[in-house]
Amino acid sequence: MTTTAEPTTPGEIGRARVRKEDARLITGRTRYTDSITPAGTLHIAVVRSTFAHARINAIDTAPAKSAPGVVGVYTAADLGVESVGLPNAWPITPDQKTPQRPLLASSAVHFAGEGVAVVVARSAAAAKDAAELVDVDYEPLDPVLDMEAALADGATLVHPDLGTNESATWVFDSGEAGSGGNVADAISAAEADPDSVVVRRRFIQQRLIPAFMEPRSVVVDPTGEQITFYSSTQVPHILRTMTSVTLGVPESKLRVIAPDVGGGFGGKIGVLPEEMLCVALAQKLGRPVKWTETRSESLLTAHHGRDQIQDITITAKMDGTVTGLDVKLLADMGAYLGLVGGGVPILGAFMFNAIYKIPAYKFTCTNVFTTKTLTDAYRGAGRPEATFAIERIMDELAVELGRDPMELRQQNWIKHEEFPFTTVCGLTYDSGNYEQATRQAMELFDYAGLRREQEERRRSGDPVQLGIGISTFTEMCGLAPSRVLGSLSYGAGGWEAASIRMLATGKVEVITGASAHGQGHETAFSQIVADQLGVPFEDVEILHGDTQISPKGLDTYGSRSLAVGGIAIVDAAQKVIAKARRLAAHMLEADEKDLEFANGTFTVRGTDKGKAIQEIAFAAFMAHDLPEGMEPSLDADAVYDPENFSFPHGTHLAAIEVDTETGRVDVRKYVCVDDVGTVINPLIVEGQVHGGLAQGIAQALFEEANYDEQGTLVNATFVDYTLPSSADLPSFDTHVVSTPATSNPLGVKGVGEAGTIASTPAIVNGVIDAIRHLGVSDVEMPCTSQRVWRAIQDARGRSTQETPVDTHSPGAGLGSIDPNNPQGEVQ
Amino acid sequence: MAQVRVTVDGVEYVDDIEPRMLLVYYLRERLGKTGTVIGCDTSNCGACTVHLNGQSVKSCSVLAVQADGAEITTIEGLARDGELHPVQKAFNECHALQCGYCTPGMIMQAVDLLGDNPDPDERAVREGLEGNLCRCTGYQNIVRAVQSAAQAMKPGASAPVDTPTPVAGGQ
Repeated sequence: MTTTAEPTTPGEIGRARVRKEDARLITGRTRYTDSITPAGTLHIAVVRSTFAHARINAIDTAPAKSAPGVVGVYTAADLGVESVGLPNAWPITPDQKTPQRPLLASSAVHFAGEGVAVVVARSAAAAKDAAELVDVDYEPLDPVLDMEAALADGATLVHPDLGTNESATWVFDSGEAGSGGNVADAISAAEADPDSVVVRRRFIQQRLIPAFMEPRSVVVDPTGEQITFYSSTQVPHILRTMTSVTLGVPESKLRVIAPDVGGGFGGKIGVLPEEMLCVALAQKLGRPVKWTETRSESLLTAHHGRDQIQDITITAKMDGTVTGLDVKLLADMGAYLGLVGGGVPILGAFMFNAIYKIPAYKFTCTNVFTTKTLTDAYRGAGRPEATFAIERIMDELAVELGRDPMELRQQNWIKHEEFPFTTVCGLTYDSGNYEQATRQAMELFDYAGLRREQEERRRSGDPVQLGIGISTFTEMCGLAPSRVLGSLSYGAGGWEAASIRMLATGKVEVITGASAHGQGHETAFSQIVADQLGVPFEDVEILHGDTQISPKGLDTYGSRSLAVGGIAIVDAAQKVIAKARRLAAHMLEADEKDLEFANGTFTVRGTDKGKAIQEIAFAAFMAHDLPEGMEPSLDADAVYDPENFSFPHGTHLAAIEVDTETGRVDVRKYVCVDDVGTVINPLIVEGQVHGGLAQGIAQALFEEANYDEQGTLVNATFVDYTLPSSADLPSFDTHVVSTPATSNPLGVKGVGEAGTIASTPAIVNGVIDAIRHLGVSDVEMPCTSQRVWRAIQDARGRSTQETPVDTHSPGAGLGSIDPNNPQGEVQ
Repeated sequence: MAQVRVTVDGVEYVDDIEPRMLLVYYLRERLGKTGTVIGCDTSNCGACTVHLNGQSVKSCSVLAVQADGAEITTIEGLARDGELHPVQKAFNECHALQCGYCTPGMIMQAVDLLGDNPDPDERAVREGLEGNLCRCTGYQNIVRAVQSAAQAMKPGASAPVDTPTPVAGGQ
């Protein structure tokens, strides 16, 4: 796995290079936003609502203003920002209801944690102390917590001026689109046909919190000609444009920098009230202004993810052929629409059909407002939800039909020879080989052997039962073709930009619009450029995350960095080579057509005459002798807009042991074989898969954001929101096969979200498979010991004591302790 | 104000500080030791782990005044004479970090763990790092790195060894 420093060029792609960005990260030579404090910086603390829903009668800032170190205390009115609303860039329907999302609430608060005032002080501690002194007179209103109740007549309205709690309903109907049949017809036909089956299930996608390790932080320095705006963000370019749109600061006067960013997982895609407050306050006060959140603030107010009720109907012939799929979703937006929050479930619309040939499909999603923290993108964004539902119901269908769940999948999936395949949603999957990935995964897993063991344990009544969980997933990556985004009313394109600068000394600077926050872009992109230009890996410097250095970009999300940003780099490299070819021909006194380019050198075919690209770059820099009319530069820019998405896929298998006496779930073995197309760096791919699996497994077993009946998030600390630790997770057996994508020159597909998308249903299917023979057909996520134990008790007809929701906390570890029965005594 | 005298990464400092100041803020804000980072408010995440007299502590859970007279090593002082500590090397070689935010604490805790148990099996590593959260890696390569560092640090292996000195009263 280690690498050598030899400056080889061929074969960089596919090489397990250790990461170049590690050198600073393992020695503490880091530059996270909270480590940046320009001289004279003022610090802010946000006064936050303690109520989920309340009218604000009055805000008394006087005591806080006179506290030590305080520079000022401001409400929205004091700052003149009452009419400012944070952007929603994805209105999913023309009639979508979009409430104003204020920087600070003025007349009412709509979720616990919403800001109502801001304190500016000379130190963060002084600001926090003074924030405690701001007295807000609230008149409590009923919270809105349940999506179905929120849509019922007479429901309390989150935003009364909208007249409804429904933000929008978005529909895709393959019958209307002409890409498939009518699903209502398919369901009635199946219901009338004794040779068909209709399976209906409701699945709950619990609310999750992205919980990146680095809390969000913002520093805005107004000194100098441009405002310098540091933020722990995934999207510096989008943030720059949206800050202009929101506050009216000319885009050209804003420099946004995302320095080292400590993880995002979608949670740092956004335009934050605190970011805009820092800009407004820095302008007002003429001093640098800084905000760094506490972990509790982060869990409470950074956007959450998932939170859907999924009503799924699948129809099939008794022989196993799927004939229709109907999906009805309720998606909890929380109190406001985030930057792309409304669109997140819509991204899933194209993935419920997954790898299967489904002739009729309908997707209906209603986005609902509640008095909770808003939801937006979280790793996978819509696709994990879709994959979970289809993979769960394929297992349910297999049970109904008495079939092996893998065999049923095989019967319905797109065969290798059927690619390219246009799905019932109208997407064209360019490549894939589900048979190969599945065959390999089943062998590595010993599927047959584990099925035998399962049978044996059932027969012997072993208290520890074995379940086998399957997930054969695909996802759409490389967001996104701009024309597709346009057709979905998304407020931007999906291209990515790159520039390559050939320096006089032969070093190469590569500028990418895709800024990294842990993905290893600096290493992977260096490998691509080293391969393209034939320069040493070490000589390539990747620059990103600063709009003055990288002026053009659409940032990092949706597994797009490599599949879109990487291709822009390839295109720029090709332009550099074209320019260099012309100069090389001139230097070698040869015709361009007679030149060959390999390993960084242009040679005249059939001779040993050649020029290295570094020599050519130097000649361009000197510019003493250039071809007639040639600019003295080899530098090149490229903007790449993908023609299609890419479609990674894989087969994930989990062997799950469930202790039927305690409900304890143990992931005994996890095998996955992923097809992510061409692999640039296997080490990085493996790391992405591991981390993705951990997050998907965390949804299945450990994590849930819980609100009490007053609408308070009860687990807004790492004590209660139970991220898995090293002791909670197993080692994974991960493998990669490669069917190169045909839609881009590298053949890459994307890997950032794969593990998260695939693993959740594999685990839950395994849990249920272990205890289905006891009469259990569902366990809501997270499948904690308590929930699994209750499901078993319920199936056995034994009553259990209810857990009050306000003390409920999920997860293993601490969270799995029943507060009513902390010793876990059998009742 | 209270006075503290501490040695951090080999340099002695004497400072007047507020008694309520946590060690992590003292390191970051007064000494500029920003390599040590803060990830939570409840001592769960371990991102701020440093060595206090050779023992790992979460520096968000120690008042700076409690460190008076102590010797502190942070991630910035772990490499000696330009030579990375075997655990740092192993984290790089095993791809045991992604965003890097948990890494300083994870490495400091791993060094402490190997001081207590020079040849831990997978379970021992997983349990020994339980107090340090990582959201990126799924921990697998971290475990691999710690075990790989253990091999490199074995007597007779070529890499230099930095064994923490156990001190009474440590955690």
